[in-house]
Amino acid sequence: MKAKPTTLKVLDIVSLILLAIATYLALVFAPTERIMGDVQRVFYFHVATAWVGLLGFVAAGVTGIIYLRTQDLKWDLIEVAAVEISLVFFFITIILGSIWARPIWNTWWTWDPRLTSASIVELIYLAYLMLRQGIEDPDRRARFGAVYTLVGAVSVPITFVSIRMFRTIHPVVIGNASSKAQGGFGMTGDMKIAFFFALFAFTVIFVDLFWNRIRLGQLQQKVEQLKLKVMD
Amino acid sequence: MKEERSSNYLRAIFAVAWKDLAAEMRSKELLSAMLVFALLVIMIFNFALELDIKTRNSVTAGVLWVTFAFAGTLGLNRSMAIEKDRGCLDGLLLAPVDRSAIYFGKAISNLAFMLIVEAIVLPVYSILYNTNLFKPGLLLVILLGSLGYIAVGTLLSAMSVQTRTRDVMLPILLFPIILPILIAAVRASGGYLQDLPFDQILPWINLLIVYDTIFTAISFMVFDYVVEE
Repeated sequence: MKAKPTTLKVLDIVSLILLAIATYLALVFAPTERIMGDVQRVFYFHVATAWVGLLGFVAAGVTGIIYLRTQDLKWDLIEVAAVEISLVFFFITIILGSIWARPIWNTWWTWDPRLTSASIVELIYLAYLMLRQGIEDPDRRARFGAVYTLVGAVSVPITFVSIRMFRTIHPVVIGNASSKAQGGFGMTGDMKIAFFFALFAFTVIFVDLFWNRIRLGQLQQKVEQLKLKVMD
Repeated sequence: MKEERSSNYLRAIFAVAWKDLAAEMRSKELLSAMLVFALLVIMIFNFALELDIKTRNSVTAGVLWVTFAFAGTLGLNRSMAIEKDRGCLDGLLLAPVDRSAIYFGKAISNLAFMLIVEAIVLPVYSILYNTNLFKPGLLLVILLGSLGYIAVGTLLSAMSVQTRTRDVMLPILLFPIILPILIAAVRASGGYLQDLPFDQILPWINLLIVYDTIFTAISFMVFDYVVEE
């Protein structure tokens, strides 16, 4: 049994510290937005968690392709890790977004491209986990999982585009917003610091979680092998 | 030599498709199930939505596509389950042809079943609700939508029959993936039914064509991994 690598231990602590600082910056340091008030502070973590969800989503699609090319089960482990992280963080994003949307849009939910795409990713990944649960053979499980993440990774952007062809009220803080967007605002210098720091902190947290989850998968594999050995 | 190989490939595709169609012509179990189910869904919609003249105009496209999507999963499930249960799939895999030929063969027969069901549902719906659904544009949208639906559906049903929960698994896997098809098809069909100008419908048709192309290509590339033993 290999001990936890020191780098990972350090990274765990660094992530915690970064999270604490990001929280401070978002809740205390950043100025209160003039029109929306304190609820705007949700924004810093909302975008950061969405970013992590997106990283996981892309990582899952890419590792799916790599697995199909190499047939190496190591990539399957990484894919599951990416899917689980993406699933959790998109869920956090959706919850945070709803908290913000209730006072600003006057509704918890709307069928906007971003909201719908995020929830479709959730559904695809839930289906993915159910699919894996229904298959015993590890090779087949990995193959089906890889195929499904690949199909999902292609389908979700198309879903996004197709809903965007209706219309959207989601604000775009960076880049050009559509004229119908509601709840947009310009960021001041301090807001930008809080925002980019949160983005940075969550990227580090993503790497840390990803690493830990991959390690967990490797340990699970080892336990399974040991079990088989004992049974023989 | 090369020509011979490509004609062999086409022959393999049509052999697989023909096998399905011939079996279905004798038993009719798949088509009859899909058809009765489709009519029941329309009936349920009739009472759930109170399809009077006013609501009918706006929801007809949605009702039709939900009906096709639900009836489609029934057909896809059955078509693959037959292969799996009677060990036909193993036999097909032993055949010395490229595996993608099996995929295209299955896709063609699935598409044929779906189009047959749609060809019966459309006139029935037209009669029941006194709306003319026979517009060339609408028929094109239905063809394109069914094509994309079947392209993904055939691939995913080959996966879902090999899982423990099989029949339950297919709609859960399929529906989030075919969402763009449903959005575009409902929009485009609705456009034709409400006689919108063509330039408002065109983007949705383009989207359908893009989706069909992408997913036929992907399925063609990954089908090998799904049936590999």
